[in-house]
Amino acid sequence: MEIIETMLPGVGMRYDLQTAAGRPICVVIRRDGKVDLGSYDLRDPDQLAETYRLEADEVAALADILGAPRMSERFADLSREVPGLESGRLTIARGSRYVGRTLGDTHARTRTGASVVAIVRGEEVVTSPTPDDGLHAGDVVVAIGSAESLRALDALLGRLPD
Amino acid sequence: MDHLAILFVELGAVFTALSALGALARRAGLSPIPLFLVAGLAFGDGGLVPLGESQGFVEVGAEIGVILLLLTLGLEFSATELIASLRLHRSSGLVDLVLNAPPGFVAGLLLGLPWQGALALAGVTWISSSGIVARVLSDLGRLGNRETPGVLSVLVLEDIAMALYLPVLVVVLSGGGPLRALAGVAMALSAVLLVLLAAHRAGHRVGRMLTHEDDEQVMLRVLGLTLLVAGLAQGVGASAAVGAFLVGIAIPQDLAERARGILAPLRDLFASVFFIGFGLSTDPGEVLPALPAALALAFVTAVTKVATGWYAAGRAGVRARGRLRAGTALIARGEFSIVIAGLAVSAGIAAIGPVAAAYVMVLAVLGPVLTRFVEPLYDRLAPAVPAVASPVTQEPR
Repeated sequence: MEIIETMLPGVGMRYDLQTAAGRPICVVIRRDGKVDLGSYDLRDPDQLAETYRLEADEVAALADILGAPRMSERFADLSREVPGLESGRLTIARGSRYVGRTLGDTHARTRTGASVVAIVRGEEVVTSPTPDDGLHAGDVVVAIGSAESLRALDALLGRLPD
Repeated sequence: MDHLAILFVELGAVFTALSALGALARRAGLSPIPLFLVAGLAFGDGGLVPLGESQGFVEVGAEIGVILLLLTLGLEFSATELIASLRLHRSSGLVDLVLNAPPGFVAGLLLGLPWQGALALAGVTWISSSGIVARVLSDLGRLGNRETPGVLSVLVLEDIAMALYLPVLVVVLSGGGPLRALAGVAMALSAVLLVLLAAHRAGHRVGRMLTHEDDEQVMLRVLGLTLLVAGLAQGVGASAAVGAFLVGIAIPQDLAERARGILAPLRDLFASVFFIGFGLSTDPGEVLPALPAALALAFVTAVTKVATGWYAAGRAGVRARGRLRAGTALIARGEFSIVIAGLAVSAGIAAIGPVAAAYVMVLAVLGPVLTRFVEPLYDRLAPAVPAVASPVTQEPR
């Protein structure tokens, strides 16, 4: 799939992509974060038709919806490209000692070598989480690292309280 | 009433009138600029409502308005966008200059202006209003259209051309022999190049100097620097407006974005004072006699702008309907045409004032209206086009 980027001086960027079904999709991302989303008119192929004008918060919501299932897929792609790099989705079990504590408390990178790159909580995705981000029962932690480090992380997160 | 009371009442009445006019214009989908000019004509000597105490404020405020307009124009500048525009749409920018400046110059000579005034009128007809055009494109949902990058690139190239045109114009307007003019032009050009180079090399240092987490600090620092440079530029015989523009260009991108947001309300306030001030300094009695000439000039330069947009959009492989959209979108002239005319007026060529005011009033209204109705018009006149299954994006190489 090809995405064509076009600069819109003073306004922002335009991205064009063609779906497999043959319909073009056009996304205009403005400097102020608003987005125009639409497709081209069949009668006048130069004109954007059926345009949706999205406010910045609507863009964020839409990106979350579209982005969540894509996240692990993208890591799968990444691990295919880098030999030895694996990604994993690890669930925080109800009984884990880290429920109600922060990501920093796990010292995951120091102890296991795996990097936590996102926390998925229901529909919400915390990308690039900080050590202060909390962990809750049922959270899915997305991590990358060697297969061994991911196994170690899974074990670490599964530890019962002392 | 004491003079302070009169001042407040006058200014309050002016701003209230402006807000009513602005709301009216926006409701009709038009730029408020022509109505502000009309309001300026209505106020003051020879108009309907004489201004007394506030005249002084309006005069100073108008000068600050020019500086803020040019500063924010400079803040819009981005090297990557300029390079992309130059790479892809250089020839459109040239066509724009060649088609739209000469009619103004010739008209200026025909109207009996000195050649310096004719040069200013060439600038008036050349520069589309990037403010009006960008707003119209956004309002009509045309930002994603294929003709739009070409249109926006023409605007960017015009804006950066202002950095070269304005200093040249100011030097020429200040008089002196051709040799002095040439020396002044060389000085202006090297100043612009120096600022561009300095912005490239040391822009981040300027940025660090002006950046602060507090919005108030950013506003005061940027305003302070701008007014200092503008004052210095005015002092050495260049224009304050040019100095402000160069400050805007020199401010690095990330800070520029923030400064635009912080300064926008100030700019809107003083820009409206500037339009009022221009109307004030123009004798309303002379606008009506200038109207036929302004209308003729408006007709010719509307056609030449359509040709410009037709050419620019055609280079991106856009079809007739889109090419007409692009051409009509570019017709609107506005704030910078008035800025150029204002420079000429303050240099003593008062005759350009009424023509420019009438000209901008016509095209600032006509441009947005024409581009809105060009599509239904085209659909009625042109034969139906068969639908295309899979349009392909094309950019000029």
